[in-house]
Amino acid sequence: MRDLILILPSVLMMAAPILIAAMGGLVSERAGVSNIALEGLMGIGAFTAATAHYFMEAGAGPASVWLALAFGLLAGMAVSLIHAFASVSLGADQVISGTGINLLAIGVPVFLSQIIFRMERTQPFRIGMMPGPGGVYPTAYVALAVVLLTWYLLYKRPLGLRLRACGEHPQAAAGAGVDVKAMRYGAVLASGALAGLAGGCLVLTQTIQYTQNTINGAGFIALAAVSFGRWLPKGVTGASLLFGGAVALAIYMVNVESLRRLPPEFFSVLPYLITLVTLVAFSGKDWAPQAIGKAFDKGRS
Amino acid sequence: MAKSIKNTAGAQGASSAPSGSSSAAGALFNRLEAFAASDGRMSLLVVALGFLAGTLIVLAVGRNPANMFAALLQAMSGWDLTRGVFNVRYVGEWLAISTPLILTGLSMGFAARAGLFNIGAEGQYIVGLTVAQFAALFLPQIPVLHAVLCVLLAALGGAAWGGLVGWLKARFNASEVVATIMLNYIAFFLSRWATMRIPGANTFRTPNLPQSAQLDAGFLQRLTNGSNLNYGFFIAVACVVAYWWIMERTRLGFALRATGMNKDAAQASGINAKRSAVTSMAIAGAFAGLAGAVVALGSFNHGRVLAGQDNYGFTGIAVALVGNSTGLGVGLSGLLFGLLASGQPLMQSRGIPKEITLIISGLVVVFVSLRAGLRVILAWKRREQLVARAAAAAEAPGGAAANPGGAPASPGGGSAAAGEE
Repeated sequence: MRDLILILPSVLMMAAPILIAAMGGLVSERAGVSNIALEGLMGIGAFTAATAHYFMEAGAGPASVWLALAFGLLAGMAVSLIHAFASVSLGADQVISGTGINLLAIGVPVFLSQIIFRMERTQPFRIGMMPGPGGVYPTAYVALAVVLLTWYLLYKRPLGLRLRACGEHPQAAAGAGVDVKAMRYGAVLASGALAGLAGGCLVLTQTIQYTQNTINGAGFIALAAVSFGRWLPKGVTGASLLFGGAVALAIYMVNVESLRRLPPEFFSVLPYLITLVTLVAFSGKDWAPQAIGKAFDKGRS
Repeated sequence: MAKSIKNTAGAQGASSAPSGSSSAAGALFNRLEAFAASDGRMSLLVVALGFLAGTLIVLAVGRNPANMFAALLQAMSGWDLTRGVFNVRYVGEWLAISTPLILTGLSMGFAARAGLFNIGAEGQYIVGLTVAQFAALFLPQIPVLHAVLCVLLAALGGAAWGGLVGWLKARFNASEVVATIMLNYIAFFLSRWATMRIPGANTFRTPNLPQSAQLDAGFLQRLTNGSNLNYGFFIAVACVVAYWWIMERTRLGFALRATGMNKDAAQASGINAKRSAVTSMAIAGAFAGLAGAVVALGSFNHGRVLAGQDNYGFTGIAVALVGNSTGLGVGLSGLLFGLLASGQPLMQSRGIPKEITLIISGLVVVFVSLRAGLRVILAWKRREQLVARAAAAAEAPGGAAANPGGAPASPGGGSAAAGEE
């Protein structure tokens, strides 16, 4: 029990970026656009935030981390414009354009690091984000705010009703006067912004610089959390906390005497294994938005 | 690139294109439509755009793009323009590094033809690599037979890892995209764990692999001035042929393609779509497993404890997309991406950050998705044209007579019927 309380701040630290990115995935998928690019967008956001923080750290003081997060958010949003253009304007295959962004996100940050820092990673910053009372990083509160805002907009505002209609039956939504393409653009850009923010949160709390392995599947785990959480804010939050807990456990268990005899790979593999098992256990039923992954075509019924 | 490549959607677009438009814009539209109908030409365009964008990026960061192309020329032909020397070894390295990319491209392509998105080639590659290393270290060292067994076991390992995803898809309807990604990480950690337990292994390598398990080909090395080129290249060539034969010439390939085009129609005509998912993912996994064997037994003298993803699987996605998932197409596009990969160190030494090749790969995939979008838009425009023409025909006196089978009731009814289509 004492161990559980000790580990809670690190569970929140690990879960917050997954949760924020998963909310982005939720918004995009509820509008009918699958977003496999979450991983890459998180990478772009993390690189941008790490770079911005490195340069502003000395000048802007404590405000620097927040400004860096804002830059990460904007970068994620800007890059997601590619995905929006391909999948909404052109009706292209959403998995392919998402994969394209993921591939770009392997190359672009390291390329720019070579130009800016003359090495294959960003220059480490001195101090990242500081934890608040109880050792809890402010990113946990950011995540909480994102969840509440998403829930409120999706379920308590007409905007959310329209957005969800675009994901279930876009033709009906269009018939009711909703601009489906504009709505989907907004949803993809929002998911890009949230993924970028998530990447920034990850790099500023969990590490000291951006490297090629910084994200290491967190975006894909967020993607799995969306389907495991049955496309509901409540469920996605629970799934993200579970996955974040698994990641934190993997790191923490090495410190527990009785578990130290197990190989470290056993714990590293846990989050992915849990994700896979839950994916299998909870798939097959039709929880997904009806029109997900399909391009909107006015002429089709 | 591949003139023989045919695509049903493209063929449809071309055959249904009437040459009625007389205006210049109409002619341009027709030409654009005819161009977009060819997969091969579109791939060339996409690659050219990728290189163009890459060139602009290099310019934008203040480096000289000529260095990038000089590096690519040297990687391809062995000619070093800056020093004016020729070394055939670079050609050998180019072919050697293309080998696993062709194989992972075939992996991705094979699943794609059956309607599945195999992001798991990386994991299947890792399983193949690991199995090959184990087989090399622990099987009896009988010349030739040893290496053959290692390669076959690696293919089996990859097939099992891929087939698992197909089974999860068929049995539980689990998304193959997320499942393959998770299995990539699981394969990575399992491989590290298992390989480090080999007697004499440390945290990054195993003891040397016995000579009888290696794919080194002395005559190829002599031919290419001591490059890494090995028998693996012939495995890749054989796989390209096998891929083409299975896809285009066998009942299995037909069933897989039918499933990929329309699962319900295939099911209705007696094809077991669930079995197709397992079979296609298993064969896809076998190709990726072979890629692992080729790298393990061809490029290294010792087994490796992987420190990170080798990324062959992910580049394979781009290879298959550019190659339009046909055998020959994947072979050629594997050579192209191999060129980008083998040019990396040559670029770095010329002051171009080597990640530009990754950026070009990513851009090419983004452009591939735009390519599909361009076709959709052309089809829309064509349909609008047809609708407009049908409406005009209905408006004109005698229009109904010129339209046999059409509803002659009212102009409004006629255009509505055309609109439905």
